[in-house]
Amino acid sequence: MADFEIRDLRASVEGKEILKGVTLSINKGEVHAVMGPNGSGKSTLSHTLMGHPGYTVDGGQVNFKGKNVLELEPDERARLGMFLAFQYPVVVPGISMTNFLRTALNAKRGYDGKDKSKQVSPKEFRSLLKGELEVLHMDDSFLPRYINDGFSGGEKKRAEILQMAILKPEIAILDETDSGLDIDSIKFVAEAVNRMRGPELGVLIITHYTRILEFIKPDFVHVLVDGKFVLSGGPEVADRLEKTGYSEWAEADEPAVLKPEEVA
Amino acid sequence: MATVPKVDVGTDYKEKYGFFVPEDFVFKAKRGLNPEIVKEISWMKKEPEWMLKFRLRSLEIFRKKPMPKWGADLSVIDFENIFYYLKASDRQSKTWEDLPPDIKATYDRLGVPEAERKFLAGVSAQYESEVVYHSLQESLTKKGVIFTDTDSALRDHPELFKEYFGTVIPPADNKFSALNSAVWSGGSFIYVPKGVHVEVPLQAYFRINAENMGQFERTLIICDEGSFVHYIEGCTAPIYTTDSLHSAVVEIIVKRNARCRYTTIQNWSTNVFNLVTKRALAYGDATMEWVDGNLGSQITMKYPSVYLMEPGAKGDVLSVAFAGKGQHQDAGGKMIHVAPNTTSTITSKSISKGGGRTSYRGHIKMYPDAKNSKSFVKCDALLLDDDSRSDTYPYNDVDAENVTLGHEATVSKVSDEQLFYLMSRGITRSEAETMIVNGFIEPFTKELPLEYAVELNRLIQLEMEGSVG
Repeated sequence: MADFEIRDLRASVEGKEILKGVTLSINKGEVHAVMGPNGSGKSTLSHTLMGHPGYTVDGGQVNFKGKNVLELEPDERARLGMFLAFQYPVVVPGISMTNFLRTALNAKRGYDGKDKSKQVSPKEFRSLLKGELEVLHMDDSFLPRYINDGFSGGEKKRAEILQMAILKPEIAILDETDSGLDIDSIKFVAEAVNRMRGPELGVLIITHYTRILEFIKPDFVHVLVDGKFVLSGGPEVADRLEKTGYSEWAEADEPAVLKPEEVA
Repeated sequence: MATVPKVDVGTDYKEKYGFFVPEDFVFKAKRGLNPEIVKEISWMKKEPEWMLKFRLRSLEIFRKKPMPKWGADLSVIDFENIFYYLKASDRQSKTWEDLPPDIKATYDRLGVPEAERKFLAGVSAQYESEVVYHSLQESLTKKGVIFTDTDSALRDHPELFKEYFGTVIPPADNKFSALNSAVWSGGSFIYVPKGVHVEVPLQAYFRINAENMGQFERTLIICDEGSFVHYIEGCTAPIYTTDSLHSAVVEIIVKRNARCRYTTIQNWSTNVFNLVTKRALAYGDATMEWVDGNLGSQITMKYPSVYLMEPGAKGDVLSVAFAGKGQHQDAGGKMIHVAPNTTSTITSKSISKGGGRTSYRGHIKMYPDAKNSKSFVKCDALLLDDDSRSDTYPYNDVDAENVTLGHEATVSKVSDEQLFYLMSRGITRSEAETMIVNGFIEPFTKELPLEYAVELNRLIQLEMEGSVG
């Protein structure tokens, strides 16, 4: 039994069936990439795994630490050790990134305002932040800003990875983390993720393009088309997609590499 | 020359009839409103005759004026069933056991110190902060600043008092200013001399006693040229009172190049009708800032206003209202541009929850002379559920040329996307909702002294608990 098991997951949005039975086993220490053309169900997969209220689970299970996480609230999933790096991080005005990061870390550690021993100390928090900010080439000025408010595309994505680094999940889902990023930002993000790789972390990278996989080498690659995996294998699957795109699957004739003009 | 008239009702009694007030005399509190009550109040306070006349005239005006019908529903107020004046000793007759459990629980959860909560609950007449108050008073006195309660100011600074009292908000301004003018008691009096900057915020807290927390307090602040003061009234802990009507008047004069900031955080118990008139006159290049937070009460009607009297005057209103179940917060602001090159902003943030109702009501008036003036109004409402309600009533009245007037209004709900985002980081739903609400009012909170900001955030957290997401 794998550490994180998606079994025959089916999900719909507004009555439209999107995921038609997805099965995937992820062990800690592994990096899996899910690739697929537009409309294949990639976003539905990430949102359903994290419990977005707009997605309806029609069947299947997701087992993690002895629980079917599909029965849990998003915050319970997070505290159990799951993390989703959003494709479109949400702006929340009036709350500083520092406050957000501290509140999230305290929540992760089970601090509910009572047991002070579970609360992160200011000193520990500062040193934790300092190290991670350096890796992501971010400076302190970012901390007093409101959550994602006025952030550039690159800043948003780096802020997502910063949250991941602070919260130290066991299963991290990176949803189109490379979209909208210039090449430097991709490198910083990839460096941060690669530093976190290890026996305590399983990663699921969801992406349309192969580009990010040049920097974060996956152990397994799965191709999602029309809500189902059509191909699974090692890194060579990505190489194959790089050459042929999604053309093998007739109705999904899209390239899997960015055209030069699309590279920011 | 003292302006105290020769005929003083109180002293007359003493001199002519040998009538005096023994120390153990207890004013017999009576319900209802009539000239006799007003005379008794004035007599109890040993006021000069001009004040008695002012009170009686105000009472007449109050009686003649109809109830305002344009705002919240006030028809349930029974003016004959209210105590208009209570001595501190009467207020104290309550005991801790008489307090409603929810008020006690809130004190507990806010961690309000024992002495303070007894005072807030009306159980104790004096809040023990004498030490702080005295050292502050010393440094203020050196600078010539007067900071005292309004009754003492009438007695100790009669000329200054008479020159300004009732000049910003005359009794005839509205029904409730007339009522306050007739029966006022307590409140703060501040005079800041020319060029003096008072560095620490002055808080009614320092010298507060039960009388100052009265239902009909009267505050008068005079900022002389080039001076600065920040006055803070209220506190975030709920103020419990069995009296159902609170009707204060606050008058402020900000002279040339001076700046005054007036911060209010009030959290009345939910039986209270809170009907307050607040107005400031701002002269050349002066700045008046109202920072006004309203929680609690059954109905609040409050529209802090600034009359921009001379070129360069600036007025700001920044307000927050939180309406829960059974509450109606009708709040906003008024900016009256009289002179050219004057500027004003009104920023209103309201939160409605559990069927609560908030209204923004604002008035921007630009007289013909107010050319090249600017005003900007922004009101944002946050609804926490489908039962709650928010309305906007902006009145704009522009008779001047070359003016800029902006108005922006938004109504939003706590969004699913924001909630999901915060929850995906392990934060519980209720904590995430509280964060979003606190984030929404952050433009207000960041203007508060830190301890008030922290308290307000905790209070919002308490208000939010148990709310339906």
